[in-house]
Amino acid sequence: MKDGSLLALSLAEARDGLRRRSFSARELALAHNEAVEEIEPLNAYITPTPERALEMAEAADQRLARGEALPLDGIPIAVKDLYCTKGVLTTTASHILDGFSPPYESMVTEKLWHSGAVMLGKTNLDEFAMGSSNITSYYGPVENPWRRPGDNRPLVPGGSSGGSAAAVAARAALAATGTDTGGSIRQPASFCGIVGLKPTYGRCSRWGVVAYASSLDHPGPMTRTVRDAAIVLRVIAGHDLRDSTSAPVPVPDFEAALTGDIRGLRVGIPKEYRVDGMPAEIEALWQQGAQWLRAAGAEPVEISLPMTKYALPTYYIIAPAEASSNLARYDGVRFGLRVEGNSLEEMYELTRAAGFGREVRRRVLIGTYVLSAGYYDAYYLKAQRVRTLITRDFATAFEKVDCILAPTAPSAAFAIGEKTEGPIAMYLNDVFTVPANLAGVPAISVPAGLSADGLPLGLQIMGRAFDEGTVLRVGGVLESAAQFRHLPGFLAGGRL
Amino acid sequence: MALDRAAVAHIAALARIRLAEAELESLADELSHILSWVEQLNEVDTTDVPPTTSAVAASLPMREDVVTEGGCGDDVLGNAPRTARGFFVVPKVVE
Repeated sequence: MKDGSLLALSLAEARDGLRRRSFSARELALAHNEAVEEIEPLNAYITPTPERALEMAEAADQRLARGEALPLDGIPIAVKDLYCTKGVLTTTASHILDGFSPPYESMVTEKLWHSGAVMLGKTNLDEFAMGSSNITSYYGPVENPWRRPGDNRPLVPGGSSGGSAAAVAARAALAATGTDTGGSIRQPASFCGIVGLKPTYGRCSRWGVVAYASSLDHPGPMTRTVRDAAIVLRVIAGHDLRDSTSAPVPVPDFEAALTGDIRGLRVGIPKEYRVDGMPAEIEALWQQGAQWLRAAGAEPVEISLPMTKYALPTYYIIAPAEASSNLARYDGVRFGLRVEGNSLEEMYELTRAAGFGREVRRRVLIGTYVLSAGYYDAYYLKAQRVRTLITRDFATAFEKVDCILAPTAPSAAFAIGEKTEGPIAMYLNDVFTVPANLAGVPAISVPAGLSADGLPLGLQIMGRAFDEGTVLRVGGVLESAAQFRHLPGFLAGGRL
Repeated sequence: MALDRAAVAHIAALARIRLAEAELESLADELSHILSWVEQLNEVDTTDVPPTTSAVAASLPMREDVVTEGGCGDDVLGNAPRTARGFFVVPKVVE
């Protein structure tokens, strides 16, 4: 079998091929190691781990040969460089974690390796996952493997899990882990034409995931198909005593939920998501999505989520507030960068000034301000009250409908250097994704069509807490109806 | 709320981030802009609405107060820029 054809497989196909011994885990890992090298111009990986990949693949081959295959045996997976990986450089794309080699493994990656998955490397991201375009990385921006036809300008992959999205889209990983605090799995999935799933808050442990905003951070899978997302989610989900917000609930077989049968399901269409200035093509794709679901037997119903317009400003108080607290630990004492000073205070200040990039500094300062004496009630407490109302919006909606259909992002991928007219222009990318983070409900982005300038656009399904089964099932129906077969211009192994 | 340079300098001191004089002006503009944008939340009536205090419905779980892991001092110190005799080293603090 040619290497290129191994790269074209879905995760489910690769799993089945490995079990039939059509190819070995070592062959699959070698092909992916080459692919990781080939996509170097995209800057999707910060730290490739090819030797580790081969070691893990050889161990998987031995289990496969004994007929003792684990759920993800031999499957090459990329890890967002926000997950701590024992003994492997973990940067969060920040200068301040220079040289950090975690002495422990995150729970999600530990579950992956215990299930036989093969580690390809650590992927690039916005610094501390703060961004929607991957341009805030200390290690430089990631390029989207897609370009507008006839236009050579590099495009952003979205963010913050932009390296993970680009690697999966360019066939340099069968799946990747991402994290989604305000849309950081779903928006890059939409921009790169892949599937991204943000599970319910508490479904996947945050233990060992470097914290940005703890009450909003959601680890989750990024894959090329809905089935693959279901397979990975089953492995990485589950209760963890080391994350006190991890939910002690059973993990169902999510793949079994992909029955394709959505007859009688009520699908909410939130009228407040028709925001000013949304491109007509995104509105049209959204309507097309509703028609696809209707044709499959579901019933689209208009619903109201009245607090939608307040989700972004709520997020941009709560997330920076939590970030300013979480990032207090970067002080030059225990790990990472240290800039010496004449006093302890000066060492802190110089280290943090040198170590944090512009967007991180901005968010830490905003967060410090909204938590400071005299402003706490006016900003932070107010935002937490509005958050309660946003959560109630979803609870009310889910009394009437089984899931919600919306666009994932208000645009397709944009060029590196566009949307620089102030931070708020960039923040608006997350207008459709942030509400699900504030409410903690699961949501998936599925590639559904192309924009007029030839770039992927995603549609999003949100569901009830811990009902990823329905989210995946409806996402699978959208995927089948959309028949998204387009490929990016930059593809490891070439087009077959 | 418009922030001036002095206010930004005060916030930066609280956040332990040293800012150059030249940065204060542009940050004052940017932060003021963000703050006036988030102030649209004042349009929302939140009378009698409790603030969200936890992302999960359940109360925090408790466990037995026993040692579950430890004895890994080398791991704890392994990433530190400066250590001596099993301790982190920081600039001298004399009050």
